[in-house]
Amino acid sequence: MNRIIQKNKINENIFRIVIDAPHIARAAKPGQFVVVVPTEKAERIPLTIADFDREKGTITIIFQIVGATTKVLDSIPAGGEIAHLLGPLGTPSHIENYGTVVVIGGGVGIAEIYPAVKALKAIGNEVITVIGARNRDLLIFQNELSVVSCQLLVTTDDGSAGRKGFVSDELKDIIASGKKIDLVLAVGPVPMMRVCCEVTKPHGIKTVVSLNPIMLDATGMCGACRVQVGGKTKFACVDGPEFDGHQVDFADLVARLKPFKDMEKRALDHVCRLLGGK
Amino acid sequence: MAEKKIRLHMAERSVEERVKDFNEVPQGYTPEQAIEEAKRCIQCKNPLCIKGCPVEVNIPVFIKLVAEGKFAEAAEKIKETNALPAICGRVCPQEEQCEKECILGKRGESIAIGNLERFVADWARKKPSPAGHKATLLSQRERVAIVGSGPAGLTCAGDLARMGYQVTIFESLHVTGGVLTYGIPEFRLPKAIVNLEIEYVKSLGVEIKTDMLVGNVYTIQELLKEYKAVFIGSGAGLPKFMNIPGENLDGVYSANEYLFRINMMKAWQFPEYLTPIKIGKRVAVVGGGNVAMDSARVSLRMGAEEVYIFYRRTQEEMPARIEEIKRAIEEGIIFKILTLPVKYHANASGWVSEAECRQMELGEPDASGRRRPVEIPNSDFRIQIDTVVVAIGNLPNPLIPQNTPALKTEKWGGVIITEEGLTSIPGVYAGGDIVRGAATVISAMGDGKRAAKAIAALLD
Ligand SMILES: Cc1cc2nc3c(=O)[nH]c(=O)nc-3n(C[C@H](O)[C@H](O)[C@H](O)COP(=O)(O)OP(=O)(O)OC[C@H]3O[C@@H](n4cnc5c(N)ncnc54)[C@H](O)[C@@H]3O)c2cc1C
Ligand SMILES: Cc1cc2nc3c(=O)[nH]c(=O)nc-3n(C[C@H](O)[C@H](O)[C@H](O)COP(=O)(O)OP(=O)(O)OC[C@H]3O[C@@H](n4cnc5c(N)ncnc54)[C@H](O)[C@@H]3O)c2cc1C
Ligand code: SF4
Ligand code: SF4
Ligand code: FES
Repeated sequence: MNRIIQKNKINENIFRIVIDAPHIARAAKPGQFVVVVPTEKAERIPLTIADFDREKGTITIIFQIVGATTKVLDSIPAGGEIAHLLGPLGTPSHIENYGTVVVIGGGVGIAEIYPAVKALKAIGNEVITVIGARNRDLLIFQNELSVVSCQLLVTTDDGSAGRKGFVSDELKDIIASGKKIDLVLAVGPVPMMRVCCEVTKPHGIKTVVSLNPIMLDATGMCGACRVQVGGKTKFACVDGPEFDGHQVDFADLVARLKPFKDMEKRALDHVCRLLGGK
Repeated sequence: MAEKKIRLHMAERSVEERVKDFNEVPQGYTPEQAIEEAKRCIQCKNPLCIKGCPVEVNIPVFIKLVAEGKFAEAAEKIKETNALPAICGRVCPQEEQCEKECILGKRGESIAIGNLERFVADWARKKPSPAGHKATLLSQRERVAIVGSGPAGLTCAGDLARMGYQVTIFESLHVTGGVLTYGIPEFRLPKAIVNLEIEYVKSLGVEIKTDMLVGNVYTIQELLKEYKAVFIGSGAGLPKFMNIPGENLDGVYSANEYLFRINMMKAWQFPEYLTPIKIGKRVAVVGGGNVAMDSARVSLRMGAEEVYIFYRRTQEEMPARIEEIKRAIEEGIIFKILTLPVKYHANASGWVSEAECRQMELGEPDASGRRRPVEIPNSDFRIQIDTVVVAIGNLPNPLIPQNTPALKTEKWGGVIITEEGLTSIPGVYAGGDIVRGAATVISAMGDGKRAAKAIAALLD
């Protein structure tokens, strides 16, 4: 179980793995995630189920190497096994026919929106997908998303692909064009999600974001993932990870993401030494 | 034989030594000590002690065997009703259960039943396992699913397996044992002992599947298609917060997160183990139960210099076990009683730096019979701290009830069961903390046993 049956490099830091996990594939829905413990001594980290195949019994995960545990995950080759894999977790995305939906993905969030785009389109929505990255080398999933979206818009910070600018600029333009938008779904770095919410709020466009606080058990038992939504404490792992973006206290989220920064560096140094400076 | 009124205490490691590591504090009896203590038992015709034990260990008989030096037979006797004696001997609140009822307690000190149980189990553990306890696999009977590998689930599974049922435990975490593994720290309950007891349950033929969150992976209804009956022992995993300003600051943990990181993820061996934990020099633990004591004593061992317990009543009302309170005080934990935190303040980088507390006094007794804490007006004061652990209790795990509309629960979240442990869904039983709220290991085991009996009766 938990065997990595396929592994591709998407760019320098982002990898796609397909894992044999029939019980997870069977139950998975868009918007849900898994907890991965690559080796016995590693952390429990949450990663979105970017795709699943019920027939083959596989799930697909796209992960970006940012620290020690993602580095350890990367050290497992195709054919190797992940020590522990738990899922599907979290409340699935609410998929219904809203009308016109703008789905926004930034950074590794681009991979995370794929199942939602597919499902929203399948149920009859007009789906406009907007993706953005710092430069063209960091853009992922462009082909896959263009197939399942009605329209795919691309932005890069440096203009090396698509429009020069941010995904929020594209969002502003769609709104300015007078097109009626029924829902915005934004998944990516916290600043991106926050800006998207600021853009839509004056227009009263419902905006759903997928929050990524630090998680531990991811089953609702520790409260590490607590976020403030509409003045109430919510556990992102079970109540979310998707929430109404206009209700989210982003400042609180940002503050709660940083407590272990210095230790994360030490852990990464330790792992790099173990893996022989790989 | 002159009746001795005073019980024999176990040797304990010195405070200076023990706060530096996670090894066990009490050292257990020697065989001579065990025999001496056992001989104090007057072998009552109508033994009250048994009535105090939720799983009805045959106390006089096993104690007599100890007094005669027949330790292996004593171990067999205990295991007839209690599959986890090395654990119960250590963590049962004996002073409120078996030992509270012991007749000798009326005129002196009750027999140290827990210490004797612990001795016998430890003695048996070090000997090769007697042939009589190999799983006598009967013809394979129906399949039963158990949710959760805490004491409730393990006991129910063990009992059903011994009756010949095919049992599968589904556990959501990547480790087994429930609170025994992730909650109660090593110095109070060594994990090697927990693992041995789990291995024993497995040796009976029980299959344990980890990383299986029931409700999400399979619903209870789906399990019922594959299994003839289901037992839910999913515990009280939902941490309570006080909802006061500053509780989301960095440096404020729920006790679950704190103990999870340290016990389960082994953060005390960082960076060999990759999960971090950050503990400052001055730790405040809020609460007065076993969880609070454990969090406070763990903090010392993780290198904190000053550790406070903030408790809104007095030491007398603390729900923690008396001997653990005693050990916490010995180790230098500072008890701030009649103290209620009302707000936490942060330093410039957003890390908790001060607790604002209100002074309390005791008023009239409340429903639980304990005197109620009342706030004293204008009594707020501040204490500098840099870590807070909120240990004010846990509620039943809400995940399965949320995913199982037909499962009836109390308003506070506890699953409703009958005398036999049956829930509102036919074939589905429940027990332990998911039913009682945060309770005890032995009551969870008692529930597991009772449900096993009921399930066997159902399937017969
Ligand atoms: C619901 C959810 C879905 C996610 N999906 C994806 C995904 O599909 N692909 C992907 O590449 N990343 C995803 N992430 C982020 C991913 O979990 C983190 O990148 C990962 O935990 C970093 O671990 P690390 O040890 O390599 O790095 P670390 O050095 O530990 O951390 C680097 C940074 O990652 C964040 N982080 C650290 N630990 C955790 C944790 N336990 N939980 C959450 N964030 C943490 C912190 O901001 C930290 O500063 C998701 C996060 C959440 C909460
Ligand atoms: C720190 C601490 C110290 C304590 N000290 C003492 C003590 O000294 N003496 C004493 O008697 N009691 C003590 N207790 C209480 C005691 O540990 C509990 O009452 C007891 O463990 C309850 O047993 P249980 O089997 O009902 O639940 P748990 O031990 O909580 O086990 C439940 C298991 O179910 C799993 N689970 C939950 N949901 C799901 C799901 N949906 N699918 C699959 N698996 C699931 C959990 O991961 C867990 O492993 C302490 C508790 C804590 C937290
Ligand atoms: S199981 Fe607990 S209550 Fe029962 S006899 Fe043993 S120590 Fe006492
Ligand atoms: S009540 Fe006390 S003295 Fe009597 S049998 Fe039980 S342990 Fe022995
Ligand atoms: S990660 Fe522990 S409660 Fe959400």
